[in-house]
Amino acid sequence: MPEVIAPVDDHDDRFFWQGAREGKLLIQRCARCASLRHPPSPMCPHCRSTEWVTQEACGRGTVHAWIVSHHPTMPDASPRVVVLVELEEGVRLVSNLHGIDAGQVANDLAVEVFFERFGDVTLPQFRPVSRPRA
Amino acid sequence: MPGAPMNEAIIAGIGQTEFSKDSGRSPLQLAAEAARAAIADAGLTPVDIDATVTFQLDRSDELALIRCLGVPALNFTSRTRGGGGGACATVQQAAAAVASGAADAVLIYRAFNERSRHRFGQPGGAMVGDPARNWYLPFGLDTPAKVYGLTFQRYMHDYGLTNADFGLYTVAARQYAATNPNAWFYRRPITLEDHQRSRWIVEPLLRLLDCCQESDGGVALVVTRAERSGDLPQPAVRVLAAAQGHLLNGDEMYNYYHPDLSESPETGLMAHRLFESSGLGPADIDVAMIYDNFSPVVLMQLEALGLCGRGEARDFIAEGHIGPGGSLPVNPNGGLLGEGYIHGMNNILEAVRQLRGTAANQVDAVEHVLVSAGRSGLVLGRG
Repeated sequence: MPEVIAPVDDHDDRFFWQGAREGKLLIQRCARCASLRHPPSPMCPHCRSTEWVTQEACGRGTVHAWIVSHHPTMPDASPRVVVLVELEEGVRLVSNLHGIDAGQVANDLAVEVFFERFGDVTLPQFRPVSRPRA
Repeated sequence: MPGAPMNEAIIAGIGQTEFSKDSGRSPLQLAAEAARAAIADAGLTPVDIDATVTFQLDRSDELALIRCLGVPALNFTSRTRGGGGGACATVQQAAAAVASGAADAVLIYRAFNERSRHRFGQPGGAMVGDPARNWYLPFGLDTPAKVYGLTFQRYMHDYGLTNADFGLYTVAARQYAATNPNAWFYRRPITLEDHQRSRWIVEPLLRLLDCCQESDGGVALVVTRAERSGDLPQPAVRVLAAAQGHLLNGDEMYNYYHPDLSESPETGLMAHRLFESSGLGPADIDVAMIYDNFSPVVLMQLEALGLCGRGEARDFIAEGHIGPGGSLPVNPNGGLLGEGYIHGMNNILEAVRQLRGTAANQVDAVEHVLVSAGRSGLVLGRG
């Protein structure tokens, strides 16, 4: 199991990590103008409201970019595929891709979210969709 | 137009320590030695210095440094945000201080033991503890190479490039370094075959030879009023334009949320300001110093700076434009990859040398040098 550096606790993004622990991929939505934003921020850049709600993402997206993460000087027993996922909602987030050989990863691959626990940390992770949507 | 008042400032002096893998002394001593050299190079004494500028990351406190140098007092101090992306912002801040009358002679310094002590290339390190990094550090982007790597992968995909295409830059940089006695890789050029044999650092983007060095060393500059040009022992270098480029969704090292990940929009914004305020264009640039922590970022910056078209950097390099004798020499010192890595600052020193006519790989008839650090940039000219 790769060593995972835990996210730092922070007032402004605590909801996201709590959501992950509950198996939900949460996107921040402005309560006033309804625009979505990720990463989270205490104020909406469009209308300057500090009121926000969360929207549970549908969990589907595509791989916008990807790399294979090895340790720079020690062979990594379990290299991870790191991806930048573009969610259907139009926001992007960094995550990991499972269930596929590194050599098979391709840009624009359709993926879906799942949640995995690494010690005390639960992270949203992605895998190729089992059946592409028509 | 922001940037125009910079025209009243000059770089009067430059100094550096050796660049090594183990300096054997503290960053403060390295900073003091580089500063002592830069002040002397400017024909000044420490009593003339009344201001300092450095990186917010620099561990040498301003007051500890002036105590080393015997600078009696300071009227102005400032620090630049981020890391190497802000290298040119040191000159911007110094020039702004001089142009506004807040300072008379500004000492810029940057020094570290980034190879023998605090290495940027090791996982975690300074990145741990900052909540802004929650969005990539837990997922395994724990070194700058990986953080940049996601962006490079999309650029590679969008333009159908391979890692060997990035290696074309490395070969050019090492060719320059091979004839620069100040370079770590002096006398050690490489071939593309050497590049392709070097081990993966971030698959499928970066091999070892795509990555800049880790170095110990110090660099300093003195910026002062343009009226002093005639009194200096060295030809003055004028700050024709200076700008930073930051965007709402961006970060020091990436902008994953920008619609077009291949675009380098911050560099484009910065370049637009540099050219608008200096009245110059890409065709006026004789030498380009481009922040080269990783070879792909040079290709992306060439395009974002308008020095070649979008998607054309690979061919631009392959056709020999950036190498010795080319139409637009890039990093004739060998860059951060070939000379040494002092967080982008040694590339500014090379720009000064090219304009003075004292560079190891001197380009003919240099009037204007563009320096890009990705998030900050300069156009420098003759005194």
